Amino acid sequence: MSAIQEVVTEAPAVEAVPKRAMTLGYGTSLAMLLVLILVPLFVKNFVIFQLTMLLIYALAVLALNILTGGSGQFSLGQSAFYAVGAYTSAILMEHADINYALTLPVAGLVCFIFGFLFGQPALRLSGVYLALATFALATAMPQLLKLGVFEKWTGGVQGLVVTKPDAPFGLPMSQDMWLYYFTLAVSIAIYIFSVNLLKSRSGRAFMAIRDNEIAASAMGIDVALYKTLAFGVSAGITGVAGGLGAIAVQFVAPDGYTITLAISLFLGMVVGGVGWLPGSIVGSAFIIFVPNIAEGISKGLSGAVFGVLLFLVIFLVPHGARQVAVVAQHWLGKLKNG
Amino acid sequence: MLSKQKMLAAVLSTAVIAFAATTGSALAQKKYDTGASDTEIKLGNIMPYSGPASAYGVIGKIEETYFKMINEQGGINGRKITFISYDDGYSPPKAVEQARKLVESDEVLFLFGPLGTPSNSAIQKYLNSKKVPQIFVATGATKFGDYKNFPWTMGWQPAYQSEGRIYAKYLLKEKPGAKVGILYQNDDFGKDLLKGLKDGLGDKAASMIVAEESYEVTEPSIDSHIVKIKASGADVYFSMTTPKFSAQSIKKLAELEWKPLYFQSNVGASVGSVLQPAGFENSQGILSAAYAKDGADSQWDNDEGMKKFYAFLAKYAPDANKADGSVVFGYGQAQTVVQVLKQAGDNLTRENIMKQATSLKDFTPDTLLPGVKINTSATDFYPIEQLQMMRFKGKKWDLFGDTISGELSN
Repeated sequence: MSAIQEVVTEAPAVEAVPKRAMTLGYGTSLAMLLVLILVPLFVKNFVIFQLTMLLIYALAVLALNILTGGSGQFSLGQSAFYAVGAYTSAILMEHADINYALTLPVAGLVCFIFGFLFGQPALRLSGVYLALATFALATAMPQLLKLGVFEKWTGGVQGLVVTKPDAPFGLPMSQDMWLYYFTLAVSIAIYIFSVNLLKSRSGRAFMAIRDNEIAASAMGIDVALYKTLAFGVSAGITGVAGGLGAIAVQFVAPDGYTITLAISLFLGMVVGGVGWLPGSIVGSAFIIFVPNIAEGISKGLSGAVFGVLLFLVIFLVPHGARQVAVVAQHWLGKLKNG
Repeated sequence: MLSKQKMLAAVLSTAVIAFAATTGSALAQKKYDTGASDTEIKLGNIMPYSGPASAYGVIGKIEETYFKMINEQGGINGRKITFISYDDGYSPPKAVEQARKLVESDEVLFLFGPLGTPSNSAIQKYLNSKKVPQIFVATGATKFGDYKNFPWTMGWQPAYQSEGRIYAKYLLKEKPGAKVGILYQNDDFGKDLLKGLKDGLGDKAASMIVAEESYEVTEPSIDSHIVKIKASGADVYFSMTTPKFSAQSIKKLAELEWKPLYFQSNVGASVGSVLQPAGFENSQGILSAAYAKDGADSQWDNDEGMKKFYAFLAKYAPDANKADGSVVFGYGQAQTVVQVLKQAGDNLTRENIMKQATSLKDFTPDTLLPGVKINTSATDFYPIEQLQMMRFKGKKWDLFGDTISGELSN
């Protein structure tokens, strides 16, 4: 067993009550949803844009969480899937004049196939070796997007500019607000799908593989199929996130999807808590807002400040947001009983 | 009756006087858009302080220091400059976030000098739809001078295509029968420069160019490309490269003992960061074109403009490396925007900023070569368009010939 796999399997809450620990209670979920629905009504367009990006990155982190937290496989190549999703949406919107909402399922499907196919050779690898293989994918992607062969569609190094959609049916809403609610709807749908997936037979198969591959195959689980399936689902969701990202940012270019993005997403997953889906949004907030905070503290040393903050988080709460949530729940329970 | 007429006349005349008075005061009145007031002008900026292009972050720091100097000298027409510069790590999505933060949250008057083609492409549409000027972008991509489609965006440095055309002009005059081998960086910079050269050569491009090789910035070594170009039998060699690769290329040619007529793109022609590391003995006779003075070149020691530049560095930025082209760049750019703000006077609306930025006449920042002047108009969004050819001799660049204009027609 590699060191990384041990970290995942050692996580305490997952082993105790896997199904419940993956999600939030109904009350908390509803409160969270209410906050997400109401906040945009009171803030500036710029903040709404940031919140949209928050949801989009949360989706990408969630996708990685299904792969790593669910099936125990590692990926440093999520930026590649994100890029493919973003380009699929952008190309369909700009060259084929397809409605933005319709491009998302296509982006998801393309990435699902891409991820599923990539998962085939990756089957032979595990732990850090798989992480390296996906790393190679992430470093190759920006260059592939620059290739002259595809330039007609991708715009090469210049990238593609995407038109931002207006609110439909003449709704009195700014573009930013509409896009936020649109993203929110997509995110909720994907979140519910993911929660149910992990609760289902497939989800249990993922977790069985994560916990002990040999035992899982002895129980009759088709390890190869479920491993590639996890890759496919994760890539598909990342692709949808990429598509939404392209629409929100209104621009795609190879430089937007470098290895830095993949590492950020990985970071988001760890900070949010590996295997805990609601943590994705916390992880996403970390990768969006903490660099800004770091920059506010020192411009020249923003990277170092970010490093220190990250170190503090990992040192104080090694299991990320999930650990905070568990502690909070514990105290709340005490208050109720006492 | 008469009194009524008198009354009318009186009313009319008062109206006329009142009208005259109000229009008079309207002319003298101070006009502001978001981001400007009696005491302050807020400028926004985006720089890659972190990430792969962080070497360029120096530009932002020098600009900030320059504005600090201006503020200490009393500001512009009594107003202090507040320079808000954010990091985008050279990532387009982050640039969009930062641009929106500057416009919607910090409420700056306009964006000055954001760096990089991808980042500027990402924010161009947004800024133009908001009618916020995006002026003097720090990239030579030709697309940032498209006044018809993007009337709120303009460049500053010579477009890479202009530079390419100037080399073509020189080549057609000096060596019309040349066999040209080209090494270019596979990005907007390399491709733009290549296009400029080809456009400049015109019909002869196809017959003159015998080899074209591109490389990725991520490649550790470009040696194999150079060997291929040499094998093509070229007698003129173009190195359309950025500093690290420019130095590699000079060294490799020396190693191969290949001595073609050597052209080096301006970005990679710095004495301090390219030619010195590559070895002066290997750099003799290399041709390039420049628009700004080299901070490390001793021939400018007694130049009036450069004396000011050196004094500024000594007092405000003693740590800055004067051999770094980015330092010279930031200084010149900041000086240009200060000129725009001076011209704008008390009318600090976004429209007027754009109007003043497009009516610069023969403006010469301290760091530009003698004879290179900034001229813009409502249909000319390329501030610097002149370059001068130069040849490396001894330990410095020898400028020769007149400044050549590489104007691009839109």
